[in-house]
Amino acid sequence: MSVTTTPAPVLAPPLAAPRSRGYWGTVGYRLRHDPVTLFFGALLLMIILSALFAPWLSPFDPYKESIIRRLKVPGYMGHLLGTDELGRDMLSRLLHGGRITLMMGFVPVLVATLVGGGLGILAGLAGGRVNALIMRVMDVFYAFPSVLLAVAISGAMGGGVFNALLALSLVFIPPLCRVAETATTQVRNLDFVDAARATGAKLHLVLWHHVLGNVLGPILVYASGMISVGILLGSGLSFLGLGVKPPEPDWGLMLNTLRQAIYVNPLLAALPGIAIFLTSVSINMVSDGLRSAMDVRL
Amino acid sequence: MLLHLQRRLLAVLPIALGVSMICFLLVYLAPGDPLQTLLPPDADAETVAKLKQLYGLDRPLPLQYLAWLWQVMGGDLGQSIATGRPVLSEIRRSLGNTVLLAAVAVLIAFPLAMLLGTIAGYRSGGWMDRGVTGTAILGVSLPNYWLGIVLVILFSVELGWLPASGMGPDGSGTFNPLHWEQLRHIILPVVTLSMIPVGIIARTARASISEVMAQDFVTTLRANGLPERRVLRHAVKNALPSVLAVMGLQFGALMGGSILVETVFAWPGTGFLLSKAILTRDIPVLQGTILVLAMIFVATNLAVDLFQSSLDPRIKRG
Repeated sequence: MSVTTTPAPVLAPPLAAPRSRGYWGTVGYRLRHDPVTLFFGALLLMIILSALFAPWLSPFDPYKESIIRRLKVPGYMGHLLGTDELGRDMLSRLLHGGRITLMMGFVPVLVATLVGGGLGILAGLAGGRVNALIMRVMDVFYAFPSVLLAVAISGAMGGGVFNALLALSLVFIPPLCRVAETATTQVRNLDFVDAARATGAKLHLVLWHHVLGNVLGPILVYASGMISVGILLGSGLSFLGLGVKPPEPDWGLMLNTLRQAIYVNPLLAALPGIAIFLTSVSINMVSDGLRSAMDVRL
Repeated sequence: MLLHLQRRLLAVLPIALGVSMICFLLVYLAPGDPLQTLLPPDADAETVAKLKQLYGLDRPLPLQYLAWLWQVMGGDLGQSIATGRPVLSEIRRSLGNTVLLAAVAVLIAFPLAMLLGTIAGYRSGGWMDRGVTGTAILGVSLPNYWLGIVLVILFSVELGWLPASGMGPDGSGTFNPLHWEQLRHIILPVVTLSMIPVGIIARTARASISEVMAQDFVTTLRANGLPERRVLRHAVKNALPSVLAVMGLQFGALMGGSILVETVFAWPGTGFLLSKAILTRDIPVLQGTILVLAMIFVATNLAVDLFQSSLDPRIKRG
């Protein structure tokens, strides 16, 4: 009897498991394949870099006045974008002005993310009375329209960059606190947090790995959208005479002083606004792209 | 419903108190003593102490707040340092103009935004949707005070069609929509001011329409052979409460947020009053105007909330 050996079944080559990119890998992949976000991201990067390197890029001294060269058209005697009401080079002032305007956008949001986000996470984790106390105080600040609150605080404290930054930070803390609190409360009540606690994980480990990891995304997306609001509000404060003091170049302030010149050279008055607009639109676009790239439901 | 009303009112009360507290504290945010604005710089210590007692500034802060609150409830917001007139009468003269501006801006923004949002939400993901979403982003990214300046450059300086500032011949008198000269003055400020609400309302409308369109009952309606136009009508009906709510909130926000646009157009409203008060450091006017505007914002939010819950039976009235 011969034992017929059945040939070993030919194993199909193991199916290539779908390569998992992980969460951040997916976000990065989506961002790389989103031309609109990439374009506005590049534009934003350019604006930030040109503000950072303003002293090296500027063709003229942004403070140098010239009585005979006031309100000249673009291209006049090497002034690529013309001169302002005191004969200062517009291009140099726009480049330098970006520094303060960008700062108005980024610094208050950073402060508010740390303070408001921290308070919100604390409120969400603690629950109960602590939560009620923090959130009711936030409700009061929420009861002001944002422009009004910014104007009220910096109007009472007086002009100056520091006061404006402080006012804007106070404007942004309540919304960020709310977002952080909502996200934290949601995550805290999920089963996996309980599971982690039940297995004996230390509180700070649960916080670090589970809560923070899940809460940071929504907070950052929300905060990124606030940056352009900060830029609009910050330039608005300077426009009202709060915020930056002359002769410091700032887009909002330039808009205000050049407003008087619309009958002489209207194009000049439009330029700082275009700068504000381009910056805020690219931040909004990048923030929007980020939001949809980070959306897990897609 | 009555219980709901009661509950909402009770919830608003502490917020209103908190708002008044912040407004009260604004004076203490101002650099230097509140008395400094009233006294000559070389006043001696005795006069300072006397005045302090006179104004109750020597009492502890909570007591001062209560005294101030009592005054405010009685309609006394202090006197303007710049003009010497009572703050309340200054606000009364300008409030109507701001209400007019904000109301017209929101009323114009609503149909436009609703149309854009419905188109985008109905075909969410399509090119129309992308176009509308992009436009909405442009709307909220535009610094509206700059848009105002550009409109003035175009229509007042270059074309000479519309006036650049002010409110027209009768000033802040009664506004008559049939009066062409007055109508001309309101066009540019309203267009400028409606920019942001158009963006925000369109976004909301898009989101809620596309959410409704994804619901099961829409499939049922279609399966029953309802024409697409009537399906859309159902969708709009369902989306309307949340869009109307955002519209109401926008009205409240514009009341306080029109300061920049009013400054650009020298529109004699509360925003213009505020911006003048900032330039002259007229703290009583600043404080009073902000208090009134914030209270209006709180009241509109409450009204929107009540309106929405009476309109949409799905919102619990518990």
